[in-house]
Amino acid sequence: MQDKENYRIIVGLGSCGIASGGRKVYQKIKEEIKKRNIKVLLEETGCVGMCYNEVLIEVVINGSRILYKDINPDKVDRILDEHIGKGNVVNEWVAKAEGIATLDDSFFAKQERIALRNCGVISPESIEEYIDRDGYKAIEKAVSMSREEVVKEILNSGLRGRGGAGFPTGMKWRFAKEAKGEKKYFICNADEGDPGAFMDRSVIEGDPHSVIEGMLIGAYAIGADEGYIYVRAEYPLAVKRLYKAISQAEERNYLGENILGSNFSFKLHVKEGAGAFVCGEETALIASIEGKRGMPRIRPPFPAISGLWEKPTNINNVETLANIPWIINNGAEKYSKYGTEKSKGTKVFALAGKIKRGGLVEVPMGLTLREIIFDIGGGIKENRKFKAVQMGGPSGGCIPESLIDTTVDYDSITATGAIMGSGGMVVMDETTCMVDIARFFLNFTQNESCGKCTFCRVGTRRMLEILNRIVEGKGKEEDIYLLEELSSRIITTSLCGLGQTAPNPVLTTLRYFRNEYEAHIKEKKCPAHSCEALLRFEVIPELCKMCGKCAKACPENAIKWEKKQVAMIDKDKCIKCRACITSCKFMAIE
Amino acid sequence: MVGCNCETKLKGILDEYRGKSGSLIPVLQKTQDLYGYIPKEAMEEIAQGLGMLTSEVYGVVTFYTQFRLTPVGKNIIKACHGTACHVGGAKAISEAMEKALGIKNGETTKDKKFTLEEVACLGCCSLAPVVMINEDTYANLSESNVASIFENY
Ligand SMILES: Cc1cc2nc3c(=O)[nH]c(=O)nc-3n(C[C@H](O)[C@H](O)[C@H](O)COP(=O)(O)O)c2cc1C
Ligand code: FES
Repeated sequence: MQDKENYRIIVGLGSCGIASGGRKVYQKIKEEIKKRNIKVLLEETGCVGMCYNEVLIEVVINGSRILYKDINPDKVDRILDEHIGKGNVVNEWVAKAEGIATLDDSFFAKQERIALRNCGVISPESIEEYIDRDGYKAIEKAVSMSREEVVKEILNSGLRGRGGAGFPTGMKWRFAKEAKGEKKYFICNADEGDPGAFMDRSVIEGDPHSVIEGMLIGAYAIGADEGYIYVRAEYPLAVKRLYKAISQAEERNYLGENILGSNFSFKLHVKEGAGAFVCGEETALIASIEGKRGMPRIRPPFPAISGLWEKPTNINNVETLANIPWIINNGAEKYSKYGTEKSKGTKVFALAGKIKRGGLVEVPMGLTLREIIFDIGGGIKENRKFKAVQMGGPSGGCIPESLIDTTVDYDSITATGAIMGSGGMVVMDETTCMVDIARFFLNFTQNESCGKCTFCRVGTRRMLEILNRIVEGKGKEEDIYLLEELSSRIITTSLCGLGQTAPNPVLTTLRYFRNEYEAHIKEKKCPAHSCEALLRFEVIPELCKMCGKCAKACPENAIKWEKKQVAMIDKDKCIKCRACITSCKFMAIE
Repeated sequence: MVGCNCETKLKGILDEYRGKSGSLIPVLQKTQDLYGYIPKEAMEEIAQGLGMLTSEVYGVVTFYTQFRLTPVGKNIIKACHGTACHVGGAKAISEAMEKALGIKNGETTKDKKFTLEEVACLGCCSLAPVVMINEDTYANLSESNVASIFENY
């Protein structure tokens, strides 16, 4: 038997890895290791960010790391035979390795990983591995500093809240620290409601201890002795890993009484959300922890003065907190070297939609959208044309191609009409209808409005009705005006961010894609060939390249096509399944 | 539910949380784990146990989408209709599932095996369109292969 003490295989088992079949790969490797009777440590890790390449496994031999992509159980034998057995790397499957150039290198080239420093590197269920990478060193350092020094350090770093609003974290901590009261709370907002974003899930699944340590440092700074992590119920794996991490931290006295021998104590609870987007708003979140309906309330008083059970409370987002230990360990100055004048540091983005390399990336603030979408994200799937990128979810907007060189920082993104938001970037191509996207978001906010403010409750519903009418080809000339009018009313009369920003998806699409609205209303056409009611299932002769793809795609043989001839759809046979529209690369079927 | 001993268990849950502040939502979550939904009698029991009005309990139950007032099938299928899945064709996936199971969104199959629900984002957006059955996530689905995921249940 060979001695393979220093041989490790690490399987990516974040939600994305598991969804791609990671558990089967893990199982297969486990069986093979046993069958072959070899000494190889089998471990698991969270998401490295390359979701598009899942299942990813990493082979580590004496510290040299080779990351393999697109692995399935059938590929396991070859890796064990050649790489583990003979020491020969299977070059064609390598995604990332030192000294081997791969197509995927450009995915990492512009990234700087601070919040994600451990994601996909350590085993999220091992506190030892976290500690080996400077874990819990920052809280040790923090308790040796004065509370004011900790607040100053965070203030100087320039870190702004990553949950959406971008409020300076150090300033928030100062308010909570200076608030009067014996009892204070520190809350982590892991509600991640933006549909299309998954940064916080990946951080918790991949590196739960960094969030706990961030909370500890914050709690110490403001003088809180109790805290909550409010996490979405839709994230079962994240919840499980949090519980595990908390119990490990308790065992080692990083949580509990007199932490590290200091007089600082902190008790941490997990609260599972119950499925309400508005509970991501801080005052609604507090009401939800208290066991009530999650309705926002008027601020002031801000939670820093009167929050959970009317005690001073600080709330921060998961990603914000994951940065904190790094800042304490490495210093504010080093952190603030990344980013731009007013947006310091790095930001995590979740790339999804019609992008080739969907996944999780962390970049210094100030890159352009083009760099993120094309250089890192590899551009658009199937080489279609980029149309827009949605940022900020239901509170944000669609940024069009003409603004693709916008730099990504809080102010520049806000200037486009979208918002930085929590970091979701959903990329859209020419086949995505912008009116339908606006309708999608209004449907969402209309559903999620808690009902407290009239304009948010009823106004979003009216807007949705109008948008439904437009996509169904029943839009009227005055509808655009009505949408604008309702938008401005909802913005000015809503109490919380949900209502105040709900019209943004409509306003940005009206600003940049007004012609699409007009085409729906006046010509009863959907330029993206997406809105069902407006499809005619006819070939546009001027656009048809006579390639015959549509004829092959049609399950009913309803398309007549011969070489060098424009395709023809037989309307009697057509079942309107859209297979032809999807297959056409030239947008020639409407 | 036969053999569940639900009522005794519910009493146990209430004993565990009695007197703790903010316990209504966790109690409801555990109650739902027990019954699969929140029966009316359980709401009354909870109200009494926690010293609240039944209407307050009902108000919370209906506010949060997680809580159900009707029984569900053995397996819960959550079809993601978040932004990325919407852009990636979630509608077609849902239609294919509805066809395969013979039920609509929100309904349960006759044999009580599956309940179909639409949700907003399962956090796996880079692999859209996504469907979750119980706690297993299925990604990169297409209209033609989505029905095959039911075979595992
Ligand atoms: C409707 C609405 C939903 C929100 N959802 C979230 C969320 O899911 N996660 C989050 O961290 N912040 C969310 N926020 C922002 C929070 O209210 C709060 O600003 C944030 O948690 C503060 O943390 P930060 O300063 O670290 O960003 C939401 C705000 C609104 C108005
Ligand atoms: S949008 Fe479907 S998983 Fe996020």
